[in-house]
Amino acid sequence: MRRIGVFCCWCGSNIAGVLDLDLVLQEAGKLPGVVHAEYYKYFCSQPGQDMIEEAIRDNELDGVVIAACSPGMHEGTFRKAAERAGMNRFQLEIVNVREQCSWVHQLDKEAATEKAIRLIAAMVEKTKQNEPLTPGTAPVVQRALVIGAGISGMQAALDIADGGREVVLVEKEPSIGGHMAQLSETFPTLDCSQCIMTPRMVEVAQHENIRLMTYSNVEEVTGSVGNFHVKIRTKAAYVDRDTCTGCGLCIEKCPAKAPSEFSRGLETRKAIYVNSPQAVPNQPVIDAEHCMYLTDGKCGVCKKVCEIGAIDYEQTDRMEEIDVGAIVVATGYDLYEQENFPEFGGGEIPDVIDGLQFERLNSASGPTQGRILRPSDGEEPKQIVFIQCCGSRDPENGVAYCSRICCMYTGKQAMLYKHKVHDGQAYVFYMDIRAGGKGYEEFIQRGIEETNTIYFRGRVSRLYRENGKVMVSGVDTLSGETIEIPADMVVLATAILPSRGAAEVADKLNIPTSDSGFFAEAHVKLRPVETQRRGIFLAGCGQAPKDIPDSVAQAGCAASKALGLLASRTLTTEAQVAVVDEERCAACGMCVTACPYGSRTLDEERNVAEVDESLCEGCGACVAACLNKACELKNLTSRQISTMLGEL
Amino acid sequence: MKTYYYPGCTLPDKARDFDTSARACCELLGLELEEMERWVCCGSAFKLDHKNIMQHLAPIRNLAEVHKEGGRLMTLCVFCYNSLKRANYAFLAEPDKHEVINDFIESDYDGKVPVVHLLEMLKDEVGFEALAEKVKRPLGGLRVAPFYGCLLLRPQEEIGFEDPENPTVMEKLFEALGAEVVSYPHRLECCGSYLSLKDRDHTTSMVTRVLESAVEAGANAIVTSCPMCNFNFEFFGGELVARDTIHTFYFTELLALALGADRKLCGLEQHETDVDRLIDEALAAPATAAAGSETAGSGTSGARASGDQAPDARNG
Ligand SMILES: Cc1cc2nc3c(=O)[nH]c(=O)nc-3n(C[C@H](O)[C@H](O)[C@H](O)COP(=O)(O)OP(=O)(O)OC[C@H]3O[C@@H](n4cnc5c(N)ncnc54)[C@H](O)[C@@H]3O)c2cc1C
Repeated sequence: MRRIGVFCCWCGSNIAGVLDLDLVLQEAGKLPGVVHAEYYKYFCSQPGQDMIEEAIRDNELDGVVIAACSPGMHEGTFRKAAERAGMNRFQLEIVNVREQCSWVHQLDKEAATEKAIRLIAAMVEKTKQNEPLTPGTAPVVQRALVIGAGISGMQAALDIADGGREVVLVEKEPSIGGHMAQLSETFPTLDCSQCIMTPRMVEVAQHENIRLMTYSNVEEVTGSVGNFHVKIRTKAAYVDRDTCTGCGLCIEKCPAKAPSEFSRGLETRKAIYVNSPQAVPNQPVIDAEHCMYLTDGKCGVCKKVCEIGAIDYEQTDRMEEIDVGAIVVATGYDLYEQENFPEFGGGEIPDVIDGLQFERLNSASGPTQGRILRPSDGEEPKQIVFIQCCGSRDPENGVAYCSRICCMYTGKQAMLYKHKVHDGQAYVFYMDIRAGGKGYEEFIQRGIEETNTIYFRGRVSRLYRENGKVMVSGVDTLSGETIEIPADMVVLATAILPSRGAAEVADKLNIPTSDSGFFAEAHVKLRPVETQRRGIFLAGCGQAPKDIPDSVAQAGCAASKALGLLASRTLTTEAQVAVVDEERCAACGMCVTACPYGSRTLDEERNVAEVDESLCEGCGACVAACLNKACELKNLTSRQISTMLGEL
Repeated sequence: MKTYYYPGCTLPDKARDFDTSARACCELLGLELEEMERWVCCGSAFKLDHKNIMQHLAPIRNLAEVHKEGGRLMTLCVFCYNSLKRANYAFLAEPDKHEVINDFIESDYDGKVPVVHLLEMLKDEVGFEALAEKVKRPLGGLRVAPFYGCLLLRPQEEIGFEDPENPTVMEKLFEALGAEVVSYPHRLECCGSYLSLKDRDHTTSMVTRVLESAVEAGANAIVTSCPMCNFNFEFFGGELVARDTIHTFYFTELLALALGADRKLCGLEQHETDVDRLIDEALAAPATAAAGSETAGSGTSGARASGDQAPDARNG
């Protein structure tokens, strides 16, 4: 016979003000198996906890039911107290008689008391069937993987490395920096992006704890928190990037050209190339699609001019397997492409560009050396129109969400334009101005006052070419006037999308994405950098559109979570996990599909489903999915549930 | 499936040219048509009060008529096309009202009669390559500006014919007929529509804007599939029309001509401008893109050319 103790908390007057606790105690004391029942004003207080410990010892209790607030509040507190008294922590259960009873039934005290009594009876029955559980432990590999080396990934890598743990930083492009490296000057302070970024990039490349793998992709991730096995493919660069000195002679002599991705097609690059003069690493790669030697076998100029013989046309992709304990995903964003806007010319009008193209035009290392000249004829645009929300907040033609950074960068770009073209006029079409950051509203106002940017609240219906101009027809919804502007250049603030390939990354890591395609956090408010899978964290625009300050802050947060995990050599795993009754299991695989944590697999040889206890979070999805009732959750078995229901 | 022709109120009267020429085209292309025996008003402009299906009874009555015979409905006037097609869509969206409506109009209509426009048939059933081969009189001297107006393509989810922001059907049609197709920015603009009844000045400025832009791009003909656009262009086109700078046609008039129809059957009678001279000149000139020999590919001829050049440039 079990010996159960029941403890009713008053929670000041929160519970005691509604429930008749004398009656509750009286009834609880009559329940079979209950050998002790008492109440107290605040069991969560130190004297309260002492009372519980004492009662466990004095009455030799082997199970405890606490009727109090939500287990989310104090389950941990009480379980620790039970442990101190020598009881297995999983023999203590909480009945929520506050949020789920006294608070919601304040007007009917009698019924509330009745409900509390039944809830306690049900929990006593459940507790009687509880088994003592011991959480498992697993070793933690003292190394982290960071995917994506934009500012977010770089920051996360640096913070983890500074915290004394090894980091493998994987970037798919030949060099690091992501989109921030493409920017000219940055809001809200207008500091030059390259100036603040280059030192960081160098630090990443030189940090003794960081291993940088550029031109690489994560191919496969298996294992679980503390011990992920990662396969990484490094693409053939056709250049031995370890011996290459980055002198750049090969680039100079290469005769083949291709549109530059870094400049978003505003200029060409060579087939052997680095993104920009500040690229880190600055060793080039050969783009096999455009290289004349690799396509036709003709040319070979780069090999001829390279004095140290770093060019290697025979190079192939390299695969490597690395174990890591934690993963930070920082794969960033891409822009919604112009071809999605047929009403704006669908990308066919040369003087209609997107925000990143404008950044390149304004950048000293860009195609025009920082002079703002329109692509069609190289003239300086005297009238420039910025259109915000191109695809954002437009569920029918684009995405439903607000891309969050466009109001700010458009304000910035209009300002920077005026700094360079003093006799020019900038116009902005907007839906709402969302300048919610520190110093942001002031920044927008400064743009309006100092550079006389004219803002129209309204949409643009069409852009077309006429007499060498880009005609902008729109509406100012505040005055009700239709507006026609013969513009020299138009800049579209196109929506921010999850980076191309984000879905595959989510697939490989087995982490969920939200409706919008961005990676989903475990809890929007309380666990914003964690994912559903333990040990995998999020940073930067891959989680949602955000600016540099927020990206950096989130990266630091993800890094500290990763460091927290790597701080211990072993980790405790969830104890209340799923178990399989192998007699009943038909190996149908329903549990494998149902499991959001990838903890269920089929043992094809023995023809049964298995649980990887280190991955299982005890959510119960597999239990619900199992057609044969072969799957149970420890300490929440179907027998326990039905006895509980019987008591209600 | 048998095709029933629904002329609507305007084609037998103000837009006879459209009707005559379309019949001639279908005949020459072997598209069998039968005019509906009984038809009523199409409802004209589609009522925006979606909620009240009772307002769509007129178009549904027409569809029910075709349903009885078991066929599909073809129409030319874009008002009819838009109204009939959208009424079908609205009808299908409210299955619980079918019984009331059917009781009232004494029918068993199920919402399944396809509504097609002749342009759709040309595109999907005849095909522009095959059409090019049937051309007898290539329209060499014509510089055609296609004008789409508002009702042929919108709203996309209900009409579902072509991308309303970037349609190409008329461009491809006239390329196949050997005419020079003019690209100009205002082909998707509003012609003023019924505003012409109330505000002549405004209509004039809207029409002038379209016509000027077409003329600037080199057009001598603007082509529509809508009696309203046609009317507005001819009556509010001001000097451009008075001086015969640009002429307005239904696409079927020029199609019939190119297919070699008897000139009397090509419409060409109700025009405000002197179209005869233009037509004579056009037919005398050599075809622009040799009709019949070359396929009418996608997009403008300019885009095709640059696409072809790219590999050459790399090899050279
Ligand atoms: C036009 C424009 C102007 C802006 N101006 C400003 C400004 O003035 N101030 C400001 O604060 N913010 C500005 N921003 C926002 C800023 O660009 C972002 O906040 C910042 O770049 C986010 O960094 P990130 O590292 O999260 O993403 P990204 O910069 O996108 O970096 C992601 C990195 O991950 C890599 N990657 C992607 N997928 C994979 C994969 N599968 N495997 C490996 N690597 C991968 C990418 O190649 C890239 O290097 C601007 C944005 C735009 C569009």
